[in-house]
Amino acid sequence: MNDAHDDPATHPRFAQIERVRRRSGRVRQTFIDMAHGGGGKAMRDLIDDLVVGAFGSLGLDAGEDQARVGLEVLAQHGDRLAFTTDAYVVTPLFFPGADIGKLAVNGTINDLAVSGARPYMLSCALVLEEGLAVDTLRRVLGSMAEAARAAGVSITTGDTKVVPRGKADGLFVTTTGIGVIPVGRAPRSDRLRPGDAVLVNGTLGDHAAAILVARGELRLDAEIPSDYAALHGMVDALFAVTDVHAMRDATRGGLAAVLNELALASEAGVVVDESALPVRPEVRGFCEILGLDPVHMANEGKLVAVVPGDAAPRALAAMRAHPLGRDAAIIGHVRERGPGVVTVRTGMGGERILDMLVGEALPRIC
Amino acid sequence: MKHVDEFRDPALGQAALARIAALVPQAQRALGRKSVAEGGAPIKIMEVCGGHTHTIFRYGIEGMLPDDLELVHGPGCPVCVLPIGRVDAAIELARRPGVVFCTFGDAMRVPGSDASLLQAKAQGADVRTVYSPADALTLARELPGREVIFFGLGFETTAPSTALVVTEAALTGVTNFSVFSNHITIIPTLQALLDSPGLSIDGFVGPGHVTMVIGMPPYDLVAQRYGKPMVIAGFEPLDLLQSVAMVLEQLVAGVARVENQYARVVREGGNARAQAAIDDVFELRESFEWRGLGEVPSSGLRLRERYAAFDAERRYGLVARRVADPKACQCGEVLKGALQPWECKVFGTACTPETPIGSCMVSSEGACAAYYNYGRLSTVRRIPRTPAKEPAA
Repeated sequence: MNDAHDDPATHPRFAQIERVRRRSGRVRQTFIDMAHGGGGKAMRDLIDDLVVGAFGSLGLDAGEDQARVGLEVLAQHGDRLAFTTDAYVVTPLFFPGADIGKLAVNGTINDLAVSGARPYMLSCALVLEEGLAVDTLRRVLGSMAEAARAAGVSITTGDTKVVPRGKADGLFVTTTGIGVIPVGRAPRSDRLRPGDAVLVNGTLGDHAAAILVARGELRLDAEIPSDYAALHGMVDALFAVTDVHAMRDATRGGLAAVLNELALASEAGVVVDESALPVRPEVRGFCEILGLDPVHMANEGKLVAVVPGDAAPRALAAMRAHPLGRDAAIIGHVRERGPGVVTVRTGMGGERILDMLVGEALPRIC
Repeated sequence: MKHVDEFRDPALGQAALARIAALVPQAQRALGRKSVAEGGAPIKIMEVCGGHTHTIFRYGIEGMLPDDLELVHGPGCPVCVLPIGRVDAAIELARRPGVVFCTFGDAMRVPGSDASLLQAKAQGADVRTVYSPADALTLARELPGREVIFFGLGFETTAPSTALVVTEAALTGVTNFSVFSNHITIIPTLQALLDSPGLSIDGFVGPGHVTMVIGMPPYDLVAQRYGKPMVIAGFEPLDLLQSVAMVLEQLVAGVARVENQYARVVREGGNARAQAAIDDVFELRESFEWRGLGEVPSSGLRLRERYAAFDAERRYGLVARRVADPKACQCGEVLKGALQPWECKVFGTACTPETPIGSCMVSSEGACAAYYNYGRLSTVRRIPRTPAKEPAA
C-alpha cells in the first residue's frame, strides 16, 4: 500500500487550499447579515477580522470560550474582587465627544472604580442588528480598544449574536468587568455619617445634554460634548488622601438618584447647596429652555464621593489636582435631620426636597 | 447666566420676603381679621398658573413665607384639569391602526380609566413626545402613509402655535394631519372659580404667559365684579415674590385692581397676531369638562367648521364620554383651592408620582406633584400633629 501517495492530504493543491483555510478571516460584506451570527465560518471571519483585530493586543484569547486568570496575579493588587456588568443601548451610537464603545468600556470601569477597585479586565458581548454597517462595528470596536488601552485594562473574552432586522437598535454592547480592591478601601452606601462632606468631581448633566442635542429632535444648536471618562485614576488619588465613606458614579438618574440611594441606605439626611453645584453654562441654558434640572441628568464621567467632614478640603484638593476633577466641588453635607431624605438649599435661601424622578424627565408644556 | 440670575438674586429675594412679612399683618388688619395665632384666618392668595406653583416649590419659597400667608394653588395646570374621558379618547385615537399620536411629554403619564399614553405606547400604540405642534406637522410630511394626530393641550399660551400649524397644514395641503383639541381658556374658568360657593381667596397672582397672548383687559371683571386684587406675574422667583407683595399692597390699601408685574413680557393689549390666529382656527365650545370643576361654559376651544378636516374629533367620529374620577381622588377640591394637597386622603400614600390616582400628582406643574416632589419637608410643619390612633380594643 502506498498511503503517502494515495493520501489526498499530501496533495499540493489540497495543502494550498488548507493554507487559505487557515488564514485569518476577513469580512467582505458591507452590512452584517444573519450568517455573521450563525456559528459558522462567517461568524469566525467576523470575530477574526473585527473582534480579534481590535482586542487581539489587549489580552483577548479568541481560541477559548473563557478567559483564565491566575489568582496570585490578582492577589498582588488587593484582598477582594469587584465584579460588575452593564448593558449599553445608546441612540445615536456616535455623539459629540464619544460613542457607545467608549461608554461601554468607561462605564464598567467606573462601576468597578467607585468600589475603590483597580479595574483589571473586561468582557464584551455584542448584540448586532442585521443590516448594521460593518464599518460602524469596526469603529465602535476600535473605540473600545482605544478606551481600554488608555485605561490600562484588558478585554479578555466576549460573545457575538446577530438578531433579525428590527429586533434591536443597531448595536447593543454589554461589558462585564473584574477589578481588585486594595486592602482597607471600603466605600459603602450605608456608611454616610452626620458631618460627612459630599463632593462631585465636575460639571453635571453634560452627557445627557450631549445625547439630547445629538438626537436632533430638539432642534437646538449647541456644542455640548459628553463627559465620558474612566475615573479609576482619580479614585486612586482620592484614596491616597482620605478614607471615602461612600462613592457612586452619577449615571442615569444623575446626582439626585445617587444621593437618594445613599441617604436611604444610611438613613441619613443629605443637604445640597444648589449654588455650589458645578454646571456648564451651555448645559444650564439647555435645561432652562427645556425645564430640565441638571441634578437629574445622566453623566458618564462624574462621581459622588462622601468623605469625613475634616477630610473634605484635602479630598477636594486631590480631586482638583487630577485632570478629571478640575471643576470638583464640595456640594453638600450629611446631617441627622430628615433621615433618608435629600434636600436642596436653593439660591433663594429656601429649602426643598430633591427626590428621584419617576421615569425619564419629561419637558413641560409651557 | 444673564437674564436669569438677576431674577433669582438672593439678597433681593430676602428683601421681598421681608416686605411680604411686614405687609401680611397690615393686610389682615385692613380686612378686619385677627392673626392666625389669635384664632384668625390666614391671607389666601391663589396663584392660578401651574408654572407659578412649580416656581414656588422649585425655589423653596413656600417654606420662607410667613405663617399668616397661604398660597392656594389654582387650576392653571392644563394637564391636571384634563378629565379622564378626554384621556381615554386620546388613548383610543392613539391605538387606531396607522395613527401616530403626538403629545407634549407632560401628558404621557396622566392616568385614564385603565391606562396612560405611556402604557398604551408600551402595548404597541405609536405615541411620540414632541416639543411643539410644528414637530407633529413635520412628522406628518415625513410619514405620508400615516395619520398624525397632535394632542392639543394648554391655555391661550399654546393655542396660537396649534392654530398656526393647522393654518399651515391647510395652506400646504397636508391631508394626514389633525389636532385633538383640548385647548382651554382662562377667563371663564376664573369666573367659575369666583362663582363657586365658599371660595375664600383674598387675591390672585395671574398667569403671565396666558396674559402675554390675551392682554390685560379680560381680567377686569376679577377686580371690578368680584373685588379681588389681581397681579399678572412672571415665572422667576423674584417675579413671584414681588407679585405677592403687590397683591398684599392692594389689600392694605383696600383697592382691587389688575396690575402687571410682568411688564417685560406682557403688553396691555396682549399679542394681536396670536389672538387673530386663535380666532381664525378655533371657536368656543358651549361647554367643556374640567377635572374637578365639572362642566364650565365657554371654556374649551374646538376647531372651526372650515378646519373640520383637521379636527380629530370630527375626523374619527369621537363620541364625548364622561368618566367619573376615582372615588378616593380629591383633585377637584385641590384644583379649586378648597383643599391643600396634603389634606387629600390618598396624598403620598395611595397616590404618588409613581402610582398617580389623580392628575395633580402627574404634571410637574400639578400642586400635588409639587408638594410631594419638593415641599413635603417644608410644608409638614403646617400640618397639625394628631396623636396616633389608639389600637382598637
